[in-house]
Amino acid sequence: MDDGPATLFRLAALNSDYIACIDADRLEEWPDFFLDDCLYKITTADNHRHGYAAGVIYADSRAMLRDRVAALREANIYERHAYRHIVGMPRIEAEAGGIISAETPFLVIRTMRDGRMDIFAAGRYLDRVADSGGTPRFAERIVVCDSPRFDTLLAIPL
Amino acid sequence: MASAAVDQHAETIGAGWAPGLTRVPYWLYQDPAIQRAEQQRIFQGPAWHYLCLEADIPNHGDYRTSFIGEMPVIAVRGAAGSIHAFENRCAHRGALIAFEDAGTVKDFTCAYHAWRYDLQGNLCSVAFQHGVGGKGGMANSFRLQDHGPRKLRTATIGGLVFATLSPDAPDLLDYLGPEIAARIRRVLHKPVEVIGRFIQPLPNNWKLYVENVKDTYHASLLHLFFATFRITRLSQAGGVTVSRDGAHHASTTIGRVEAQDSLYQDQALRSDSAFRLHDPSLLDAVDEFGDNIQLQILTVFPTMVLQQIHNCLAVRQIVPRGVDAMDLHWTYIGFADDTKEMRTRRLKQANLVGPAGYVSMEDGCIGGFVQRGVAAAGEALSVIEMGGATAESQPTRATEAAVRGFWQTYRAYMGL
Repeated sequence: MDDGPATLFRLAALNSDYIACIDADRLEEWPDFFLDDCLYKITTADNHRHGYAAGVIYADSRAMLRDRVAALREANIYERHAYRHIVGMPRIEAEAGGIISAETPFLVIRTMRDGRMDIFAAGRYLDRVADSGGTPRFAERIVVCDSPRFDTLLAIPL
Repeated sequence: MASAAVDQHAETIGAGWAPGLTRVPYWLYQDPAIQRAEQQRIFQGPAWHYLCLEADIPNHGDYRTSFIGEMPVIAVRGAAGSIHAFENRCAHRGALIAFEDAGTVKDFTCAYHAWRYDLQGNLCSVAFQHGVGGKGGMANSFRLQDHGPRKLRTATIGGLVFATLSPDAPDLLDYLGPEIAARIRRVLHKPVEVIGRFIQPLPNNWKLYVENVKDTYHASLLHLFFATFRITRLSQAGGVTVSRDGAHHASTTIGRVEAQDSLYQDQALRSDSAFRLHDPSLLDAVDEFGDNIQLQILTVFPTMVLQQIHNCLAVRQIVPRGVDAMDLHWTYIGFADDTKEMRTRRLKQANLVGPAGYVSMEDGCIGGFVQRGVAAAGEALSVIEMGGATAESQPTRATEAAVRGFWQTYRAYMGL
């Protein structure tokens, strides 16, 4: 039995769907990549190393992710910008009970309204993916950014 | 109050700013000469500056590096619980003595030529001071005690560590005044622990952020989240306390508004929306201080903010980075004796603040909007006269009194 390549392929496809959703500004679909009970957090390598639990975004339900999107659409003021995510190959660390633990590096280029481009974030996704038939979904996605700095604001999720 | 040490720009900066607190020229956010004078007269002048938490340096030899304006500073726990602070600059060639964020040491050794300092910042030894094989080395007249980084006075309140370079600064408690000290102690009344740190670089002059924090008028107008969820609306009880000299402030919002008020609707304000949360647990707050104050934003002149928004607690430190840039250092805290439920509550409510905060993200971009908006208008003046022309405490937040207080103190320190 060696399902490794197929699992890897499913995770890679999940990630490419995920980043396409964000980068194409289809954010209303973004919460659907997660289970109802989930954890999505954006933090830094320093916080992660020290065991500090706070994130710049901390959501422990899919409903909170929907609220995040609704706030971006209806409530918050920020200058128009877009991301381009580049993700690396997932590295599968464990697989048990229908949950895959994996780590995937990412890079995000931010393009502002006026065309200015910056490397906005680089880091790794620490994932627990529920994969027991059907569409795999994130039970947990911890976004560990390499830098402690978040330029100006973080509106669009990583 | 302003330092008597007047620099070479004294004759040329600040000309043409009429007296008063209601008109502020935009060149204050643009002029490199102003920036240089601020370093000398405010950041190295007789003000107290937040460095770190006592909880950051709990044990003998623990240190944390920080900034006062542009000046790098080391805060370190010495013997018998004492706290020392000194400039993070080797007396030899000026290199950083410590180049980590934090650590634990017996002493500090500069990486460049191994000059060594004790925990109080005293120079203890110079590598090869007497040369090698009778050759080289320092002159016989060289005395260790004549050399060292500049030392700062330190003082604490509520576990916050402050420092000043100036022998002329009053004691910290006198500097803060009794009302602000009480407001700090109200929040920081028992041991805290850090639960996260983030840095938010902002594309604006540091003073634009200070004004934003002190601006109680904008909070429920720019921030739809505040008004919609009645975290703070100007129609709620509360007010703004401004310290006697104008330097510091604390704004408070008391209790919840249960009844619908139509104040925002009547003015057709964007911030009164039909937006509702799918997961309202974000706003599941408890009155942990027992006084029904659900929001308290406090500033200590020039660059510290202590924030309590429901159960979301943080210290913010403003670090200027040139005329049109600054770093905002966020330290999210909880209490050491938090229950698991309370800690989770703080983590969820932290979605309100920080670089991605439902509220704070807007303060992240608004200063840049001003910086860019006034690019060609250095001689033009902003208008700061909501609630009058003075800087006293007021029983309303529909006022810019605390902003005027900042300028009152700023003018005194700068001699402008």
